[in-house]
Amino acid sequence: MPPLVVESPVVEFRDLSLRYGKTQALDHISLALPPKKIIGLIGPDGVGKSTLLSLIMGAHAMQTGELRVLGGDMRDGSHRTEICPRIAYMPQGLGKNLYFTLTVEENLQFFARLFGQDAAERRQRIDRLTRSTGLFKFLDRPAGKLSGGMKQKLGLCCSLIHDPDLLVLDEPTTGVDPLARRQFWDLIDSIKSEQPDLSVIVATAYMDEAQRFDWLIAMDDGHILDTGTPQELLEKTQSRDLDAAFIKLLPEEKRAEHRELVVPPLETGDEISIEAENLTKRFGDFTAVDHVSFKIRRGEIFGFLGSNGCGKTTTMRMLTGLQPATEGSAKLFGQPIDGNDLETRKKLGYMTQLFSLYNELSVRQNLELYAKLYDIPEEKVEESVNAMLTRFDLTQYAETLPVSLPLGIKQRMSLAAAVIHRPQILILDEPTSGVDPVARDSFWELIIELSRRDHVTVFITTHFMNEAARCDRISLMHAGRSLACDTPENLIRERGAATLEDAFIGYLEDADSGAADAAQAASVQPEKTSVAAAPKNWFQRHVFDFGRFYACFWRELLELRRDRIRTTLALFGAMILMIVVGYGINMDVEKIDFAVLDNDQSLLSRDYTLGLYNSRYFLPHKPIANHAELDRRMKSGELQMVVEIPPSFGQHVQQGRLPAVAFWVDGSRAAPAETVSGYVSAYHLNWQARCSRESAMPLPIVNLKVESRYRYNPDVLSLPAMAPAVMPLLLMMLPAILAALSVVREKELGSIINLYVTPVRRSEFLFGKQLPYVLFSFVSAVLLMLLIIFLFGVPVKGSYFLLLVSLFVYCILSTGLGLLCSSVTKSQIAVIFLAMVATLMPAPQMCGLTNPVPDDGSLAALIGAIYPTTHMLLISRGVFNKGLYLIDLWRPLLILVAEIGVIGVIGVLLQRKQEK
Amino acid sequence: MKNSLRHIYSLGVKEIIAIFRDPMLCCLIIYSFSLGVCAGAKSIPEGISHASIAIVDEDNSALTKRLADAFMPPLFNPPEKISHAEIDRLLDEGKYTFILVFPPNFQEKVLANHTPQIQINVDATRMSQAFAGNNYIQEILLREINAFLRQNVPDATVYSAQALVRNRFNQNLDKSWEGAVSELINNIAMIALILTGAALIRERERGTLEHLLVTPVTPLEMMLAKVWSMILVVMVTTLLSLFFVIYHYLDIPIAGSVTLFMVGVCINLFAITSMGIFLACFTRDMPQLGILMILVLMPMQILSGGTTSQENMPLVIRWLMQLAPTTHFVVFSKAILFRGAEFSLIWGTFAKMLLQGIFFFVVALARFRRTVAE
Repeated sequence: MPPLVVESPVVEFRDLSLRYGKTQALDHISLALPPKKIIGLIGPDGVGKSTLLSLIMGAHAMQTGELRVLGGDMRDGSHRTEICPRIAYMPQGLGKNLYFTLTVEENLQFFARLFGQDAAERRQRIDRLTRSTGLFKFLDRPAGKLSGGMKQKLGLCCSLIHDPDLLVLDEPTTGVDPLARRQFWDLIDSIKSEQPDLSVIVATAYMDEAQRFDWLIAMDDGHILDTGTPQELLEKTQSRDLDAAFIKLLPEEKRAEHRELVVPPLETGDEISIEAENLTKRFGDFTAVDHVSFKIRRGEIFGFLGSNGCGKTTTMRMLTGLQPATEGSAKLFGQPIDGNDLETRKKLGYMTQLFSLYNELSVRQNLELYAKLYDIPEEKVEESVNAMLTRFDLTQYAETLPVSLPLGIKQRMSLAAAVIHRPQILILDEPTSGVDPVARDSFWELIIELSRRDHVTVFITTHFMNEAARCDRISLMHAGRSLACDTPENLIRERGAATLEDAFIGYLEDADSGAADAAQAASVQPEKTSVAAAPKNWFQRHVFDFGRFYACFWRELLELRRDRIRTTLALFGAMILMIVVGYGINMDVEKIDFAVLDNDQSLLSRDYTLGLYNSRYFLPHKPIANHAELDRRMKSGELQMVVEIPPSFGQHVQQGRLPAVAFWVDGSRAAPAETVSGYVSAYHLNWQARCSRESAMPLPIVNLKVESRYRYNPDVLSLPAMAPAVMPLLLMMLPAILAALSVVREKELGSIINLYVTPVRRSEFLFGKQLPYVLFSFVSAVLLMLLIIFLFGVPVKGSYFLLLVSLFVYCILSTGLGLLCSSVTKSQIAVIFLAMVATLMPAPQMCGLTNPVPDDGSLAALIGAIYPTTHMLLISRGVFNKGLYLIDLWRPLLILVAEIGVIGVIGVLLQRKQEK
Repeated sequence: MKNSLRHIYSLGVKEIIAIFRDPMLCCLIIYSFSLGVCAGAKSIPEGISHASIAIVDEDNSALTKRLADAFMPPLFNPPEKISHAEIDRLLDEGKYTFILVFPPNFQEKVLANHTPQIQINVDATRMSQAFAGNNYIQEILLREINAFLRQNVPDATVYSAQALVRNRFNQNLDKSWEGAVSELINNIAMIALILTGAALIRERERGTLEHLLVTPVTPLEMMLAKVWSMILVVMVTTLLSLFFVIYHYLDIPIAGSVTLFMVGVCINLFAITSMGIFLACFTRDMPQLGILMILVLMPMQILSGGTTSQENMPLVIRWLMQLAPTTHFVVFSKAILFRGAEFSLIWGTFAKMLLQGIFFFVVALARFRRTVAE
């Protein structure tokens, strides 16, 4: 197909291709998109819609082909930086770009700050956006507590917070209720009318939405099938509606599978499968489900409809036994629900709203796992799995990991896992959200087959009205209560509405669901938001923007503050460890467990060992009788030293035959063993001196007085030497782990997308995230210092100033090290692991805590020489124990400062600004 | 029962696949059991080795020269002569760990059988060298002075005995043995704890665990699956590390039964993996777990007796450390690997670890369902 000639296209690509491993996601496509239009991207799941959008956004690195967005080449990094603020992106998936512990208000504030808006402008925009989406009254609710659809709305608000020239929406209304969807598109329309220059690109699975777009691109299998206005497409394919048109556009073999769905009438007895009576669930003072009652017959398809956040999911969770009801009762097959009843669970199939299968297992492995968990006999596992793969058209994805699959295919896979054991009740929480029309119909084909042929009771929630119309009965829910429950036809008749959607919206509007807010927002004509942001200077534009840095800092700090346990542990964890380790590490060698094997039993032999019994260095155990016992007791570790006196020791001494006393020392404890031999030699010499004095011919004996002056720690206490040394250790580990997790957590939960698609720079993002942890760990460092001074009584002899400055520098380093770890890992497990390997091993063992750093060129020596803890240890000991000042310790401090630079630069460079 | 075993098996296999799917995790595991263990072996220098020593000789006699010459490598670097005024500065800079001061007229006093005085200045912040080194120095001084005196005395019947110090199990007091094994122990603890604890939190964060609770799988089965799979993974890597790294590469002889050791490792892993699940059941998300793990792992690593001896720790700490499985792990590892102890000598440590494991396991089991479905 020749590319259309479009004047000044907003997006233009030629021969664009992209592959993920073996999958060709985009296959040499070329097209120019007209500006100032709403452009719809339609097509089945996994044909490359999202891939195309993320390329347009610059969120994903390009492979081959050409792509120009807003008049510039997307390979050019500076062009990407320049246009980034002009594009807004809303990723696929429920609230992927949101921060769940932050409230709605805070999420919006964060995005507004990223785009450099001042306080007044932020307020105005947030109020307007939330009013028109019905989120206004939930401003104080944490995003994680919103229902799926509300998260979508919030995600949209976040992406609309600035005035973009190009708005890219990836399935924005997936999982959003019809009323909210209507409000959503009204909102887009009103924005569009205010800003006629705005171009919008939308990927959607709703064909009724596509109907209202200006221009459509139909995609399949990495190719573009056709383009044109909805009208043109309808005419070309001679179809009544877009659903049909789209199916006709598909290649022959795919179309063949599709046929009109017919729901046969329900033939069933009065057997009740699911029964709920006054089912109620309260969370604190919030009532999620409020006295809901229904009876569902066997084989019935029961639709559960309602606005977002009305308690549908909670009801389902109660039915599955995941959550106990606060009041009321629910029965499956006449049995009260018991969360521990395995037999009931076997009859139950459940599909969650969010994907909840294993990302680490391939599609086939996931299905096999579930087949086994549902006790399908071993010989039938493969058969059922293959049947499911065929049934849900997953065969080509069988060996793929779900993480790289689009939402629609994941949903199919989840459904396959839910029905693999042929359950009698199927509970499906929005199973078709984000699934393309063809796949949706095949879903329903299966659901109908299960219901009518196998008499499976289906309990389903959906936001698609054509699906709701296929249910035998539907229940309309709002704010935890059931508004109406009847067959679709009766509901339409009762409302006197034209369609089920109108009926539904009518019910909701009666019940008031933020509709008033929307109306109000529409009436408040926004005083043209022309509060032009202050122009940015050269430094802000090209190097570092403190506003965005501050936004990241503020957001991270909020999240941290919200997590009380984490902050408490971050602040006081180090102190707890300090007390345990400070008191615990002890290098003194005392109380050496010893026993005597006296083969002589003479006066002299007893005299020889007598001194050992009275020494504080030695701890006597029961004497040993023979060699076998000696062996056994040393092997078991009971004895660290055994004194063996040879037979006729006394006699031989007197005869001057120099008998040898054997001291057996446990060498498997090597460090104390060395000290033990020292003690033994000294003890023996002492004894000799005593003997000599008593003997007839005294040997010349030294009366040496050795004065040992233990400098910096005169009492030879372990604590004063240990405490200042342990401090750098503790300040390395906790901050590193916390900082590392903060970044990788975003990667794993998906909000890292904000780094890819908003103007925020890597440095602003990372340093903004780092700062709260630096502050926290510095506070904890000061607390540690006070603990050492006041609880341990180790005074600071040197410069407080130097100590505090070094500690601050050190905290930057340890958190920086964590960020460095985060840049090379993707999963939280791996990063915890890496951060521990990178801190827990070198810090205590290679940095001179107990043994000086070796300088023999070995790996340990190298690590010891560059690791920050080594230098901080010098400073800490110098200041605490040796009373030193900056003049003595400028070198280690300088090294630490230099290392900040190195770690910072490497950390920033290793972090990606685009997905690979 | 058969179904139950099948659940445990399939879920365990899933855990193992998940590890192999994370290349970074695999690299880290391999590193910990190979290079990590080697680095651990090398990180502890051979006791007092090449300790830096300086001498202030205000006597300049034959005896003091003889004494100075007695300090030789490998224990000490050849001593350097410094002046009395330099002592403070050089110690502050950390240039010398020991500075000896021989007073004037030292040799005279020795020969006259007076009591001369030697001052040893020790940098006490160098913990391990300070105390052991001081002992060595005193021993060397006494030995040399005695020998010096005896030069002038005719042979005679000596009314005395000799002391023969024999180090058993590790004749040369090679510290890399302890270094390698305690590193291995630490890494086993770290990996087992992270793999189970963090994997559990991850499953909870992604909702996969909740989904399992709707299938006919009991929390007991889920926990057993995690425990067996992690035990298997860590045991295999431990065995490889023991055989290839410790025995072959580092050339550390293994005195006792490897089978017995592996049984102990297995019990220890049961205790630690249960502890991992236990910790995960008491935390809400990964950052909390991360801090908690540091709070648990660091004392275990430093205080379990791998590199420092527990005998001299305060009683409270010793009691506290009795609750850590690694303490017992250290005890039986050294007993079996170095001293060749048999089962009859170390079964007590096995029993204690087993009890700890059961405790953590049971408490975690009781909380499991609640923490997942909340």
